Amino acid sequence: MDTQTKILTILRGVAQKPIEPAPDESLFDSGLLDSFALPDLASALEKEFGIHIPDRDLTPTKFDSVERIERYLNSRT
Amino acid sequence: MAFIRAFGSYLPSRVVDNAELAALVGADPNWILKATGIEQRRYADPSETVATLGTRAAQDCLDAAGLSAADIGLVLVSCGSNERRFPGPATEIASNLGMSGTPAIDLPLASAGSLFALSMAAGLSSTYRHILVIGTEIMSRAIACEPAGRDTAILFGDGAGACLVSADTGCGRIVDSIIRSDGEFAGALRLELNSTVYMEGRTIILQATRKIPRAILELLERNGRKSDEIGTYLMHQANLNLITRVAAALVVPESRFFRSIERYGNTSSASLLIAASEWWHTNGRKLSAPVLLTAFGAGLNWGAVLIDSYTE
Repeated sequence: MDTQTKILTILRGVAQKPIEPAPDESLFDSGLLDSFALPDLASALEKEFGIHIPDRDLTPTKFDSVERIERYLNSRT
Repeated sequence: MAFIRAFGSYLPSRVVDNAELAALVGADPNWILKATGIEQRRYADPSETVATLGTRAAQDCLDAAGLSAADIGLVLVSCGSNERRFPGPATEIASNLGMSGTPAIDLPLASAGSLFALSMAAGLSSTYRHILVIGTEIMSRAIACEPAGRDTAILFGDGAGACLVSADTGCGRIVDSIIRSDGEFAGALRLELNSTVYMEGRTIILQATRKIPRAILELLERNGRKSDEIGTYLMHQANLNLITRVAAALVVPESRFFRSIERYGNTSSASLLIAASEWWHTNGRKLSAPVLLTAFGAGLNWGAVLIDSYTE
């Protein structure tokens, strides 16, 4: 499973619905996820990719789209 | 040792419900309730100031403690919404209470300010004996009640809370506390001069949901306690969803978290002591189990205070 597919699987789990965001679509401004889903998203990414996201990296802009999440994950490997 | 002797509070009489506010900010009242858990908040009268609100709460606390202003050795006042750059409201509150010469210190920390003051009071009580801690805010003058200010205007209300920390005795013993600061996100929640509150809500939610449970668990662990041993959690009333998140992170029933946010909204640094006062009076002015206070806010500043029940 490639990274974007893993991210989409996580997003659907967090959203608890079968969302299909475009890679560059804002997850929050579009209403696909609400603000309080962000902590769950960060925790799920840590678990799936075996990383620890430090507090200084916990900004919405880093996790606002599939592309941005993938870019962040690539920066951590 | 330091003890919690009494709590007090003051809420302005004007009630602003979601229907009234929704019309001003262009929102659906039901959306406000769903997004925040807030049904109504209080707004101060134009004649009131943060000092007059703080004085009322402090007097309520002194009356509950059975002490007078002459007994107080130190006044600590948290306020992020003071009407002027300086002086802060501390000296005016002390003067209004009839004190003269008693040191009165301002802590302009906003939301976590009263928790920081409580932690500091615990450390200073052996020197000053009776310390009056006050949180007072008029946030309604720091928001824009118009569509452009919707996301912050729906949150805030006005009020004041107070707590008396004594070296001698009280209904609760302050066991330990943790206070933490992180300037990395200082710009994410701020009130500039001659402006209204600016808040990057998602950043604050992300940081708060991580930092609050971490501080609580660190405090509990170093005191050999488990989260389910705490009878009541008294948390800064910022947002109902945040309270729900913190309860889930600690794996404790949400019912352990006392809530007043439905009625008063987010009163910044006053909210923790307003909630504590209401809870304390409702429970016969005593603690029957350990209590944990926690807050998070601009700075970023956050922390937790652990209190055990105490009887002489």
